[in-house]
Amino acid sequence: MICLWWLDDQEPDEMAMEHARGQLEKVYATDVVRAARGGLPATAFDPRRNQTSSAELVRWLAGQKPPEAERVVGVLGADLFIPVLTFVFGEAQLGGTAAVVSTARLHLPGTRLVEARLAKECVHELGHTFGLRHCQDGRCAMSRSASVIEVDTKAAELCRDCRERVAEARERKP
Amino acid sequence: MNRERTKILVVDDEEIVRESLSGWLANDGWALGVAEDGAKAVEKLKAEPYSILLVDMKMPGMDGLQVLAQAKKLQPELAVVIMTAFATVETAVQAMKEGAYDYLVKPFDPEELSMMIEKIAGQQELVRENTLLRKAIKREFHFHDFVSKSPAMQGVFELAKAAARSSSTILILGESGTGKEVMARSIHAESPRAEGPFVAVSCAALTETLLESELFGHEKGSFTGATARRKGKFELAHQGTLFLDEVGDISPKLQLDLLRVLEDRKFFRIGGSEALEVDVRIVAATNRDLKKAVAEGHFREDLYYRLNVIPLQLPPLRERKEDIPLLVEHFLEQLGAEQGRKLEGVSGEAMALLLSHNWPGNIRELRNVLERGLVVCAGKVIQVPELGLHPGAAPTPAVEASGALSLEEVEKRHIAFVLGQLGGNVSQAARQLGIDRATLYNKIKKYGLRRPEGEEP
Repeated sequence: MICLWWLDDQEPDEMAMEHARGQLEKVYATDVVRAARGGLPATAFDPRRNQTSSAELVRWLAGQKPPEAERVVGVLGADLFIPVLTFVFGEAQLGGTAAVVSTARLHLPGTRLVEARLAKECVHELGHTFGLRHCQDGRCAMSRSASVIEVDTKAAELCRDCRERVAEARERKP
Repeated sequence: MNRERTKILVVDDEEIVRESLSGWLANDGWALGVAEDGAKAVEKLKAEPYSILLVDMKMPGMDGLQVLAQAKKLQPELAVVIMTAFATVETAVQAMKEGAYDYLVKPFDPEELSMMIEKIAGQQELVRENTLLRKAIKREFHFHDFVSKSPAMQGVFELAKAAARSSSTILILGESGTGKEVMARSIHAESPRAEGPFVAVSCAALTETLLESELFGHEKGSFTGATARRKGKFELAHQGTLFLDEVGDISPKLQLDLLRVLEDRKFFRIGGSEALEVDVRIVAATNRDLKKAVAEGHFREDLYYRLNVIPLQLPPLRERKEDIPLLVEHFLEQLGAEQGRKLEGVSGEAMALLLSHNWPGNIRELRNVLERGLVVCAGKVIQVPELGLHPGAAPTPAVEASGALSLEEVEKRHIAFVLGQLGGNVSQAARQLGIDRATLYNKIKKYGLRRPEGEEP
């Protein structure tokens, strides 16, 4: 089972969250359970940058993961950053249990693109927790996306190689 | 692109920056190293090669620019990107002046970072590919010291390689300066005799008696001045290759002696009574038309057939001008290494001139021209005037039509003209003038004509 948590005080985009849940279940072939969680660490927000530290959130999420859950993915509306970059769409522990994704830069006014984009980014960040690095196949959800154009270009699915690596990772750590 | 081949070194005193940047880059599949200060970065650069250095500008101890300076000394091909929190035009300009590839202002846009790294890695991949391709081309177009992509020469290489493996006599034909001796040495190096000696004799340089002694050796007291027994070139070349250069110039008596050795593989030292047997592969060369010499009765027909087992015809440079760019690169590299000077090449105009020149002195002349160019070149690229060739200079008549000249003066001027036209090549000049080399040498001496450089001995 994988936990998909909404972390923000604002109301979630129900349709986008539900679409992401369905896609994660399909790609990772396991139950994905949605919940809303508060109590984020206050230090995660950087007032100078007016952004939230993705690294801090990932660390915190890993500590919050219920023992029965295989992985946990947090989603929030706030913009995320790592110190050297202006922003990140999300972050994950490579070969760990927690990942976080922000919807802040996935919206395109007047469209519902956020649904597909959020699902892709959730599949992508969760892939890192299975030890996957960025994939050279531009269609694979694990291909790198440094811009929304790249997010839109790729599919919400994993390529065959990445699927096989996830299966191998699960065999090693059931 | 093989990302694991691109190794990036991240240098920053802030742990969080090192971690987040290396984590982001590692996810992209690049190979990574990290260092917390300049000194540690320099140590890492001393220990192994990196492709890209991402270094923070402001660090305690060595700052980014100091690391950059050290890095460029240790690994000149390294692409250095300076990371700075405060972008000022001054720091950026300074970094670029010091040889940085680019700079990034922290925090950087993820797309900007990714594209920059991709771009650098792509360029480095191209450079690597280019180097490999150049090496492959060189392998393909080289036969030892020969460089050529012309179909005619490729055919010669093929034949030379096959001939080298046999022990048959090889006759190399070609104008002066086409590389007959270089070919003989290449054949020797390619042959199963490569470990044995390569002995060269220039048959035209010596008188009949001297050449006979040179080839076969002599016993003590066999003639005036033979104060000790001396081994000849045949003996010295035992189990190796004997190169008989200008074999078309030997006297009728020596032609007969040579024929006997070729037939029996046995010979006598001058004044000796013991038949000596040697295991020698003969490679002969001449710039003369031996067939014609046979027809005219100057060369023994039986010797011609003995020598002409595997003929290799080296085409003159004017018939394989497509090789000139390749040869220019080859010679500049070779001469540059000899003289400790590295040039980038020749200018477009200079190359056009080299391609239009007729090269009467063939490859030797080209090499001499480039050697001159290398020596006098003021910059990194040889320009037209530095070649010392005269572009578009039409051959001027040797003798002015006007004026009452003596017959001797006309002869002197004409010889000087022909020698000048042929790059000082005495053999060719003698042929063109219809006199033998010895006569030409005498006339050169008589008229006090200087032998230009690049002339055959």
